[in-house]
Parts: sequence; C-alpha cells; structure tokens
Amino acid sequence: MTDIKAQIDVLPGTDPRAPLLQVNDLHVEFRTRDGVAKAVNGASFWLNPGETLAILGESGCGKSVTASAIMGILETPPGRITKGEIRYRGVDLLKLRGAERRRVRANKIAMIFQDALSALNPVYTVGFQLAELFRVHRGMSRADAKNRAVDLLDQVRIPAARSRVDDYPHQFSGGMRQRVMIAMALALDPEVLIADEPTTALDVTVQAQIMGLLAELQRQRNMGLILITHDMGVVADVADRISVMYAGRVIEEAPVHDVYARPGHPYTRALLESIPRLDLKGQQLNVIRGLPPALTDIPQGCAFNPRCRYAKDPCRQDPPPPAYAIAPRRTARCHFFREVLGE
Amino acid sequence: MSDVVLETRGLVKHFKQVRAVDGVDVHLRRGETLGVVGESGCGKSTLAKLLVGLEKPTSGSVMVRGQDMTRLKGGDLRRARRNIQMVMQDPYTSLNPRMTVGDIIGEPFEIHPDVVAKGKRQQAVQDLLDTVGLNPDHVNRYPHQFSGGQRQRIGIARALALRPEIIVCDEPVSALDVSIQAQVINLLERLQDDFGLSYIFIAHDLSVVRHISDRVAVMYLGKIVEQGHDVAIYDQPTHPYTQALLSAVPVPDPRLRGHRNQIVLEGDVPSPADPPSGCRFRTRCWKAQHVCAEQEPVLQIRERSPHPSACHFAEIRRIH
Repeated sequence: MTDIKAQIDVLPGTDPRAPLLQVNDLHVEFRTRDGVAKAVNGASFWLNPGETLAILGESGCGKSVTASAIMGILETPPGRITKGEIRYRGVDLLKLRGAERRRVRANKIAMIFQDALSALNPVYTVGFQLAELFRVHRGMSRADAKNRAVDLLDQVRIPAARSRVDDYPHQFSGGMRQRVMIAMALALDPEVLIADEPTTALDVTVQAQIMGLLAELQRQRNMGLILITHDMGVVADVADRISVMYAGRVIEEAPVHDVYARPGHPYTRALLESIPRLDLKGQQLNVIRGLPPALTDIPQGCAFNPRCRYAKDPCRQDPPPPAYAIAPRRTARCHFFREVLGE
Repeated sequence: MSDVVLETRGLVKHFKQVRAVDGVDVHLRRGETLGVVGESGCGKSTLAKLLVGLEKPTSGSVMVRGQDMTRLKGGDLRRARRNIQMVMQDPYTSLNPRMTVGDIIGEPFEIHPDVVAKGKRQQAVQDLLDTVGLNPDHVNRYPHQFSGGQRQRIGIARALALRPEIIVCDEPVSALDVSIQAQVINLLERLQDDFGLSYIFIAHDLSVVRHISDRVAVMYLGKIVEQGHDVAIYDQPTHPYTQALLSAVPVPDPRLRGHRNQIVLEGDVPSPADPPSGCRFRTRCWKAQHVCAEQEPVLQIRERSPHPSACHFAEIRRIH
C-alpha cells in the first residue's frame, strides 16, 4: 500500500508548493448531430487540502463535464478535451501515460455521484463492490478486504454494518445508498473528493445528515472537496470558495462570504436574487429573462450578454471578458463588475 | 363557508399494505393557495391524484363546490372534473412527444366539446399560449422544440383550457433550474390574480412553498401533522417534524453558518406499509414518550399550539 502511494508522490514534476488540484483553461467539446457542443470553454480553478470549493451552476453549464474530465471518465468519443491542464500537485494528468494516470486517479481522486442507485452495480452486494477496491488496488485477500469493507460502512455510520455488508444496493434507502457511495469513494484514502450533486436526489432531512457526514470525514482526513451543485443554500452552508459557471466558463470565483454579500458578476447576482426570500413574499420574484445559450451556438463576447441587464456593446464582441481581479482572491468575467458590485 | 371550493373529509388511499394517504382533511377557499409539503413517500403526490380523480380513494370524500367527486359518474363526473385540473411535475414525460403543442392544449376541448365551439378552438389554443407567455405562432411545434420551462408553460396552458377554478400543482417547478423556476412561479401567481384561481401547491422545496402559499399543510407518512397560515408554520412551528424539516433546509446566507440551530433527525422515514403505532413520527422524534406509542395525536389546536398540530407535546420553537 505504501509502495503505491510513494510511487505517486515522486512522479516527475511533483511540486510540493503547487495546489492540491489545479485546472487551467480546460476546454471540452462534444460532437453532436447539431454540431460541436462546447461544454467547457476555458474553466480554471484550484483546490487546496482541507478546503471546500463549490462549483455552482445550472443545467448545461459544464460543471459535471468538468468533473468527469478531472476523473478521467469522460466518454471519448463523443467528448474530447481540446485544451487545458489538470494538475494534481503540479503534475499534469492529461500528459501522463494511461497506466500512471489511472493510478493517480484511483488513489488520489475519488468521486461520488447524484444517483447512487445507478452508480452502484445492482447485481453485486455492496460488500463485494467495496472489497473489490481493496483486492484490485491493494492486493488484499477476500477475507481482509471484506473486513475493511465493514470498517468503511461503520465509518459512514451505516447501522449494523457487519450484517448489511452482504445486502444489495436496492435493499438500502436513498440516504443509506449515498453513504455506501461515500464509503466507496473514501476506500483508497483519496486527497481530492469530487461530489457531484451528492444530495440532490435526497430529502432535506437526509441531506442534512449526508452533508454533516461529508464535512466530518473531510475534516478528519484533511481532504480537498469539490462540491458540484446548483443549490445556493448548500453552498452557503459548507463551501469556503465558489466558482460560478455559465456556458462552460467560470464567470466568478471568490470566497463564499464575498459572493453572497456582494456578487461581482451579473449572472451570480441574478441567481441570488431569483431565490424566493422571506421579505419578498407576495411580490414578483426577480427572473433572469430568456434561456441559457445552446452549447452549439454560444454568443460572441460574454455568453451571458443576451440575458444581462448591464450588457453594452463591448460585451457582445469577442474576446469574452477576461477574469478581472476585482478584489483580493476574487475574479469576475464582467467588463462592468464595478457597477455590479455597486461601487 | 360558501367560499370553500374544495374540501376533503377523511380521505384515505391504501395500495394493498401501503397506507399512502391515511385520513386527510383539507379545505381550499376561492383565490387561495394551500401549500402541501413533505418528503418523498409522505403521500403528497397520491393526495394530488385523489383530488383530481386520477385515483379512487379507499374511503373518504373529495367535495368540489359541495359535490362529492368520488360518488359522481358519467357525464356528471366529466363536467365536475372540468373545475379541477392538474399541472404535473415533469415537463418532459407529461407531454405526449408525438402531439403538437396545439393538439396537447386543445385535447381537453375534444373531451369536453361544449366548452368551446369547434370553429373557435384554434383561436382558443392560441389565446392560451399567449396567456402563458408563449408565442401563439408555435402552435404546430412539438414538445421537444421547447425548453423545460416552456414545456411547463404548455402544461399550465393545458390545465387552464377548461377554465377551472382549482388547479392542483404537483411539484410544478422542481425539475427546473432556479432562474427558470422564478419565471414559472411568477406566471402561476399572475394567472391566479387574473382568473381567480385556487391552487393546491405540492412541493418539497419549503422556500418556494412559503413564497406562493397562504396556508401550509405539512405531511408525514400519509397524514397531515401540522396545518396553518404560512407565518404560523414557518415562524411558529409546533410539531417536531415541521421544526426538523425547516431547520434542515440550507439557508442561502453563509453568515448563518454555525449559528443555525439545526435539528438533524436520525434514521429514515419508516415504511408506509408498516407505520409506527401511535404517532408516526415518534421513531425519529427527540420528544417521544410512552404516550406517543400508545395514543395517536389528533390534528387540533392545542394549549401551546395556536394552530392545528398533531403532537402531544406541541410547542412553538423558532427555527431561524
């Protein structure tokens, strides 16, 4: 076990001062019947150990595709990474050979999905699926691997883990299945955990349990957590920093308190304003007019310009707005960020 | 109360062992919105189906304008049904992909031919499209040519076609993105004002329900556990389940992190096929005593609950 970890730690290019995970200018395209869909168009962000980065955005903004690219589970074809870097401790995963790349991902980066029922194999017991990880990656015997599986189920607080280890996924409730998924993701002690809408399919009272469990495990292990979500409530509850995505770009990046107090991009601002709030009862909700763009036909300039109330001529022309440094540790891709901030 | 347009009495629906809806009494006044909240499996969608007559109740009645829908037959039932229509959750599966939008919205006129004369139907459909904010020229398009939010508008236009007084909305915005949600909620509110509609608004998103509802009913395992005006339910909840539910909702304000008095419930909702004796919430409740297992608490106004609450130990607890 230590062998494998040690090998990864001395990969050429490893930089101890680099962020745990860094995505630079990532571009992902899909070939579709209607043309090339540009799902990710230059996404950049970084993550440090122990930190929670929320990637916030609506359907089709590219947040899940970005996660799949990091994990190396993008369907290729039709998908294709056309440009960019995904650096783990300074090493660009996209430049590694297949076997090496798989080893880094298996041991260092793990992911949990929204729909645990379809992410688990229905014809094997959860114990078998967990134990398989230890047998394949750690060369353990069946008996040892199974014991480890029970330990893990215990850690994610599945009651009576010893007896439930032989149950099949469908025998668990939604919340318990999501715990099994978390156990599976944590099995090989990853340093980066990507959670793609981990509680969207769950009820709020169960959501609270799962988010609490994730936070606790993250603290114990000092893991970096990338939380992909559309829920601004969940983000406010757990994230340290936010990257807001729109049409495949990170349009705003900031510490969580700053974004909620004073959003720097018109899209972020409009999103926050469209949540039903107590003091607005009986009034019209603020809406973002129109629809997100088709990924086969992203508008020139700022992709948000057709829906934006601040948009002026420069916003409608290429190149798209750069990531302006609008405050310490904050960027926003909007020419008029000062107006948006209310300065 | 003459302005009550809809009322259920002791409404029960059992699917074999499963007690999906187990004795629900609600009423709805003209122009009012009653929000129904609860988690998956609480019976809120079965309740919706019972109200519009898509399911036959095991017992109990659904009174629309004083007529018991569950006892009507034939033409009487058909006419009565015009008055109560439904908007479904999933705008992708609730519209027939092989029918044009015009046919989908016009279909109610085929079933109820006396509502609009044949020659005027095309115009009626186009007016409906306009009413819900869609382009009347798109009448010959198919559902796949519309976005999720637009499809939900089509579903709303279909529900409006027979000029009902009551619309049952079953999770009408939960499949939509936040920015689109707001558009559809605004539309529903405008239509309510324009046509004097009454809504039953079923959803699991508590902030959306609060925004749109005048009164709120909280369901747990087939029963209503607390009911009252929106302010009473959200600011002065007295049932432990309502309190836990409200406290579990993440608030979009990071300043409250760590300062919220969050109640995290243990375990999952028990199976509705084998609900706990007495109070159904007792297995997850921090207040549970012996009496809770023995005696089922009635939904009523109590000493410490100014609005109806089904808890022996009901007591106001502020959540936020």
